[in-house]
Amino acid sequence: MSVRLTTDSFDPGAELTAFCAGRTESGAVASFVGIARGDAGATTALELEAYPGFTEAEIGRMVEAAMARFALQGALVVHRHGPIAPREPIVMVATAASHRREAFEACDYLMDYLKSRAPFWKKEHGPAGARWVEPTQRDLHDLARWD
Amino acid sequence: MRVLLFGRLSDVAGWRERSFDPAPASLAALKALLAAEDAHLGEALGGRGVQAAVDKAIVRGEAALTARSEVAFLPPMSGG
Repeated sequence: MSVRLTTDSFDPGAELTAFCAGRTESGAVASFVGIARGDAGATTALELEAYPGFTEAEIGRMVEAAMARFALQGALVVHRHGPIAPREPIVMVATAASHRREAFEACDYLMDYLKSRAPFWKKEHGPAGARWVEPTQRDLHDLARWD
Repeated sequence: MRVLLFGRLSDVAGWRERSFDPAPASLAALKALLAAEDAHLGEALGGRGVQAAVDKAIVRGEAALTARSEVAFLPPMSGG
């Protein structure tokens, strides 16, 4: 498993290629890429704050839980922090399993956890000013599906 | 000891990181000290969903602090 925080932009295609390479036991790889929305000009930039050391460790615990719950053979989380422009990828999750159902579900599970439980604080900047984003009711409802 | 504020808490306080010497003896004593200095921050620290971490581990309830402690106050988190 690999958890990486980066302040630089990353290439999801290259990440996925590297993640798939050399897998002989995995029949399925699922992936998700989250991209910064422009919201039709309402959001001009995103800023994600992390707590170095703590953020990676907490995500690592989430990934370990997913590895055990879905019998994964591999998992990758790449997450940006710092300033992020619209259209840039913010987060990528990839999961590998013997069969597709576990790979899909683990990817969904990890994203629900990242949205509401990963130690990041997200500020949206736009013409109307800046605001801190907190998990929505929908995010919390999505997370509760896994209880 | 070091205190770190994240997200909207640092906007409320106007600072992100501070050292306290001598260290308050406990998390409750630290919160009382911060609230006495800045009522807005005190109110924000007591807000819904604000958690505290001592030495990068979430603490629910009370914790003893020393000169080497690192306390972080964490408002509701949102990644992705």
